[in-house]
Amino acid sequence: MSHLTVAKTYKLFVGGAFPRSESGRTYQARDSKGNFMANAALASRKDLRDAVVAARKGYSAWSKATAYNRGQVIYRIAEMLEGRRTEFLELIKTSSGTTSKAATAEVDAAIDRLVHYAGWTDKLAAVLGSSNPVSSPYFSYSAPEPTGVVGILAPPGAPLLGLVSVIAPVITGGNACVVIAAEHDPCVAITFAEVVATSDVPPGVINILTGRSSELAPHLAAHADVNALDLTGADAGLHKRLEQAAAETVKRVYAPKGVPDFAAVPGMGRLRAFLEIKTVWHPTGALSLSGGNAY
Amino acid sequence: MKWEYSAAPESSAIADIKDRYMPFIDGAFKEGSGEDRDTINPGTGNRLSTVSTVDAADIDRAVKAARRAYENVWSEMPGAERGKYLFRIARLIAERSRELAVVETLDNGKPIKETRDFDVPATAQYFFYHAGWADKLQHLGLGPAPRPLGVAGQVIPWNFPLLMAAWKIAPALAAGNTVVIKPAETTPLSILVLAEIIADADLPPGVVNIVAGAGDVGSALVNHPGIDKVAFTGSTAVGRRIQRELAGTGRKITLELGGKGANIVFEDAAQDQAVEGIINGIFFNQGQVCCAGSRLLVQESIAEEFIERLKQRIETLRVGDPMDKNTDVGAINSEAQLGRITALMKAGIAEGADLWSSSCPLPKNGFYLSPSIFTNATPSMRIAREEIFGPVLTTMTFRTPDEAVTKANNSPYGLSAGVWTEKGSRAMGMASALRAGVIWDNTFNRFDPAASFGGYKESGFGREGGPAGLAAYLDTDDEAVMP
Repeated sequence: MSHLTVAKTYKLFVGGAFPRSESGRTYQARDSKGNFMANAALASRKDLRDAVVAARKGYSAWSKATAYNRGQVIYRIAEMLEGRRTEFLELIKTSSGTTSKAATAEVDAAIDRLVHYAGWTDKLAAVLGSSNPVSSPYFSYSAPEPTGVVGILAPPGAPLLGLVSVIAPVITGGNACVVIAAEHDPCVAITFAEVVATSDVPPGVINILTGRSSELAPHLAAHADVNALDLTGADAGLHKRLEQAAAETVKRVYAPKGVPDFAAVPGMGRLRAFLEIKTVWHPTGALSLSGGNAY
Repeated sequence: MKWEYSAAPESSAIADIKDRYMPFIDGAFKEGSGEDRDTINPGTGNRLSTVSTVDAADIDRAVKAARRAYENVWSEMPGAERGKYLFRIARLIAERSRELAVVETLDNGKPIKETRDFDVPATAQYFFYHAGWADKLQHLGLGPAPRPLGVAGQVIPWNFPLLMAAWKIAPALAAGNTVVIKPAETTPLSILVLAEIIADADLPPGVVNIVAGAGDVGSALVNHPGIDKVAFTGSTAVGRRIQRELAGTGRKITLELGGKGANIVFEDAAQDQAVEGIINGIFFNQGQVCCAGSRLLVQESIAEEFIERLKQRIETLRVGDPMDKNTDVGAINSEAQLGRITALMKAGIAEGADLWSSSCPLPKNGFYLSPSIFTNATPSMRIAREEIFGPVLTTMTFRTPDEAVTKANNSPYGLSAGVWTEKGSRAMGMASALRAGVIWDNTFNRFDPAASFGGYKESGFGREGGPAGLAAYLDTDDEAVMP
């Protein structure tokens, strides 16, 4: 007897769980030939707000985790992705219509990208921080800290590598994120969410919404509890409006200068974009005990 | 015991204030085409001098001069040579430090002991520090040959007019950019004296251009299509507007905006030191400091005693003539600013907080305000949320360290915070939990060119000082893009 395929229901990924859109809306994901692949959740503004709340909670746990721990967890995502490579190969081939070779290269690169960033977590402070030789009796140091909750518009094109390349640098720095998946490719994004859900990533650190970027992005850009915005996947026509909305709460905005080549070795720009530098001053001894000189 | 002081005024003749100052564009002082503006001595309320301001055509001329200087001279010059110009400027500032201190005090209203001991020496130091970076940019971790951005448009505030000029000009030039910079409308003089120093240093024409004027000039400058980089220090409202106006341009921005710094005193703090630190935090420069410790959070168990000590100490602060070397608290920068501060104080009273002010006598003329404290304030009051930018402290209490962190972080701002405790682990723990760009443990208002400064959240982004401050003036975009 032949086996009737059991199709997957693609839902959102918010706070570590897979809810449907509260709106009850869906849209159809189609493969490269235009055939029906699946119904995907069409996220609403309310789903977006829920995702931001979840991300704020996720940030609280993730930003307090040790750098070593964050590195291990990101490495774990790579392990889980490696274990499901066949599934992703098939999915990418179906949705993008690419060759086996191209799909293999993409999955390999995505896994390697995660390993690359897993090794960054406990080096950021050494590379971006400093001990400051101040001309007064204080021990002063500067060190990077996460910016907070980052809104990400995931790029179209390479559905897995693009997604991993925008999420990984953000969480490497200790941030949490709300990702609006590339509209055309909700299936790869939500399947990646399943990888995340089984990788010891605390709930809420990565939240993935599927739906219409043009509907969701303005609310993400304007949300007062979002600290930064990655416009990598933003429609060129939307850029200006989104940046204007982001300015209302002085968000940090990352907008690449062109279409990023995610096959290339990543630099540090994406890491820097979502890190703050904190400077701490502490008195060093008897000299300071007599007080300063400015009062 | 009553302490009497005899007046010990610095001589205003040292400033050699001219009757008229002109914009500095393309290496020359020439009349601007904007309307003249008088600048007032806030200490007396009298006119100090007149400044020729610029119009859109002058700005265009300045930006073009900066572009020519960037392309033909400054970006071609070896870093070591650029550095030597900056070292030279640092030395010339030190040599004219007394004059600069008096100019600054006359134009700004801050006490002479602050300009003499802090503003001017720090200005020289910022140039000296950045001078040394000019030939070492390859060691910043931004690649083997980090590229400058081009022409920087910079707008600075009135609270530290000369020092902010150094914070902007020195890193921009060290990184290889040229600048067009606009001082605040109420404090144009010290930067125009700096312009004389820059001219004396033989800096190539167009590398630094200084244009005076009000907000419309600043807006025209940052929006000029010939600008590659914008750096602004000032209010969050204006910063937000600049970010909005520049949306979609891809122009790199640094914003150093407002703050509502929490100064947190634990019950185990050395109280006398903490009192001094709280006073420094809110009365340094009349509280007109973006990173001022304007919210005092004191542990409930010591609150009553601590606030009493604080009041006693505030009573001894000498408020008055900024030119008097004994003066601790000088004049508010302008009548308009005095009005904004008193309006917020009235809001505090209306919302039910208790106001206490020092009984010190105030001069009859000029813009003065008694150092003041609000007690019984709650986090929802305007005086606990909004930047007052004056000598007014809002005090609240807490019971546990967690509550202190929650209250301190409960602000859209995130520029500075202070922690007063004798327990080292608590100090370091608080330093990491507080969401602010600068944390001072058992001290406050410390600045150094080697230490990065800048905000979290709506206090802005980008850093000034230290390696991170150089990155703000270099191309840090290292992502490969499709051909």
